[in-house]
Amino acid sequence: MNEKTNYWKIFKNGLFSENPVFRLALSLCPAVAVTGGVKNGFLMGVAVLFVQTMSNITVSIIRNFIHPRVRIPSYIFIIAAWVTVTDLMMAAYARDVYKEMGLYIQLIVAFAIILSRLESFASKKNVLPSGVDGLGMGVGFLIALVLIGFVRELMGKGALWGYQFTPTKPLLIMILPTGGFFVMGLLMGLFNWINRRFFGGKASTDVHMEAHRHGSH
Amino acid sequence: MLEDIGIIFIASALINNFVFSRYLGLCIFFGVTKKMETAIGMSITFTSVMVISAALSWLVYHIIMIPLNLGFLKIVIFIGIVSGFVQAADTIMKKVTPGLYYKLGIYLALIVTNCIILAVPLINASEKYDFLQSLTLGLGSGAGFSLALVIMASIRERLELADVPKSFEGLPISFVLTGLIALAFLGFSGMIPL
Repeated sequence: MNEKTNYWKIFKNGLFSENPVFRLALSLCPAVAVTGGVKNGFLMGVAVLFVQTMSNITVSIIRNFIHPRVRIPSYIFIIAAWVTVTDLMMAAYARDVYKEMGLYIQLIVAFAIILSRLESFASKKNVLPSGVDGLGMGVGFLIALVLIGFVRELMGKGALWGYQFTPTKPLLIMILPTGGFFVMGLLMGLFNWINRRFFGGKASTDVHMEAHRHGSH
Repeated sequence: MLEDIGIIFIASALINNFVFSRYLGLCIFFGVTKKMETAIGMSITFTSVMVISAALSWLVYHIIMIPLNLGFLKIVIFIGIVSGFVQAADTIMKKVTPGLYYKLGIYLALIVTNCIILAVPLINASEKYDFLQSLTLGLGSGAGFSLALVIMASIRERLELADVPKSFEGLPISFVLTGLIALAFLGFSGMIPL
């Protein structure tokens, strides 16, 4: 790597070309599970952003001391430590939200996206680029969750961030489990269509397959 | 007592089905349901790992962690137990039953960092289940997950022949399908008055 690392490019990578949810199709569970409203989606995104950035930085600092054979277990324990920190903080400062999605916060430890970034990026690069990569991936994830939450809350409750717009609930089905899968499928299809129509790129499934082939799961 | 066990089993298998109402394990769910054979292999491996890891983590949680006041470390310890157990199972199976290993071994590798396997001990700990109830939750969740895999695999085998719009091929159409099945599973929610 030369002196001038392009941080903006690393950051942007997580937002668009390798957006964790829509393009890599990793960590789908939380993308459907906590997006009944914008607020939950946002907080979940922030939690993932924090864990991803901090574990990226930690791994990058100690990467030379980890023996390659035990690297995956070591990464898992580093992630678990940061998830515990997030879990306890959420339990202390965001009580009401934590009651709804505490289980999913704890399960951040098993998100494929975090481990895959540690393995494919942070274990090879310096501290600063790793931190920026973590930020980019986290923000990409955050945007995806807020987008899905936006569609579901608006259509399902007629509200945004808890504020009611309409007197009725237009499409109640959207905040049920079913709606989560529908919105996810339709948005993914839309992203594919935009990508093929205007950028002539590959469908997300191909990118997904490539990511798996590189052993990132 | 027996009734209690029955309720937990039905609730975890159908009403709170991991895939369709708790939205867990989606990566595996979409990954292995292209063929019926892999779906069945995965179901067997998953259910057994779930039951055994539920038992192991219950023992560690109640014998070691609670007396020592280590409850706040449950995420770190449970993932250690699960990945340690899966690694051990991998090694033992390779030595003892190579035939079975070549059939199911590939799925074991995929399991290590999967949210469902970790969710079972975490739910057990937060609901304060006793030993038998914990085992039942593991078994019920495993059965529910297997049911979901088999249903999805049989639909997707048919989907190969269907004419799907280009942008929706692969994952997007599978998501919409899952939504429809989830709608059907919603019907189970009235089975047990809470």
